[in-house]
Amino acid sequence: MDCPKSDAQLLRKGRRKFFQLQKQKSMNLIYEPWPWYIAGPMIALILFLLLMVGKNFGMSSNLRTLCTLCGAGKTTDFFKFDWKSQKWNLIVVLGAIIGGYIGAHFLSNTTAVVLNPETISDLKTFGFESAGTAYLPTEMFATTALGSLKNLVLLVLGGLFVGFGARYAGGCTSGHAISGLSNLQLPSLIAVIGFFIGGLTMIHLIFPILF
Amino acid sequence: MFKSEAASWFRIYEMFKFESFHMYGIIGSALVLGILVTQSIKRFDIKSFYGEKIVFTPKAKSFSRYLIGGIVFGLGWALAGACPGPMFTLVGAGYVPILVVIAAAIVGTFAYGIVKDKIPH
Repeated sequence: MDCPKSDAQLLRKGRRKFFQLQKQKSMNLIYEPWPWYIAGPMIALILFLLLMVGKNFGMSSNLRTLCTLCGAGKTTDFFKFDWKSQKWNLIVVLGAIIGGYIGAHFLSNTTAVVLNPETISDLKTFGFESAGTAYLPTEMFATTALGSLKNLVLLVLGGLFVGFGARYAGGCTSGHAISGLSNLQLPSLIAVIGFFIGGLTMIHLIFPILF
Repeated sequence: MFKSEAASWFRIYEMFKFESFHMYGIIGSALVLGILVTQSIKRFDIKSFYGEKIVFTPKAKSFSRYLIGGIVFGLGWALAGACPGPMFTLVGAGYVPILVVIAAAIVGTFAYGIVKDKIPH
C-alpha cells in the first residue's frame, strides 16, 4: 500500500535540507576572501590580546631579533640584547606562518584576488599578466621567477628597503600604523605619512621605469 | 592576513593607486578599534591578564628618522608588496621567493644597525 509521508516527516526533511544549505553557505563564506570588516577587527583583537599579556604589537622587531640570532651582536651594540626576551614575538611569527599555511591550503578554493579592472589593465601594461588571476604576481613570486636576475634584484631591493626603513623609522605597519596611531603618537603619524610618500613614489614614479 | 588578501602584492599596489577601499577598510577599522582599545586601557587603567599595569612606551620625539625611515620603508613595501607581518604569512602559504625578500629584510635591518649612528635621527 502506498504510504504518503506525514506532514511531520516532510517538515523534518525540509528543515534538515534548510540547515544543510545554511551550513554550506557559511562554509563557503570561510572559503571566500574575508572582507575588510572581518580582517580589520581581527587585527585589533591581536593588538588587544598582545597588550593584555603585557606585550606589544610590532612585527618588524622580529627582523632585529633574527639578526641577533644570526650573531649580529658581535658587530654592533644595536643587536646586543637578550633575544629570549623577544621569544614571544617569534612565536607570533610562527603563528603567522602557520596561519598562512592553513589559509592557503585548507581555507581557499581559489586564491585569485579580484582587483579593480583598472588596476588589472594598468598592471598588464607593466607586463603583469597574472593580475586578476593569482594571489601574488607569478612574474615575481612563482618559484621559476627566481631564475630571472632582474626579478631577483627587485626582490632583494624590496626586502632591503623594508628591513632598513622599518628599523630606521622604529616600526612598520603594525608598530606604527596600528599600535602607534592607536596610542595617538605623532611620530607614528609622521612615519605612516612617510610610508605613503615612499609607496606612492614607487608605484607612480619608479614602476614605469622598472617595468 | 592571507584570507583578507592583505598579504597580496596586488592589493598593496591597488591601495597605492587608490583604486580600492579594501586595504583602507582593513587598516581603518583596525585603527578605530585599536584607538578604542588603547585609550580605554589607559583611561580605565585596565590591568593585563596577569594583573599587571599595561605600559605604553611613547615613541621618541623626532621628525627626520620617522619621515626618512618611513619613506624608505614605503618604497620597499610597494616594491615587495609585503610588510614584515605578511611576509611570514606568505612563507606558510608556500611562496618560495618571499624567502629572498625576508633574507634581504634581515640584511637591511643589519645594515641599519651598522650605520645607525651615522644617519640623522
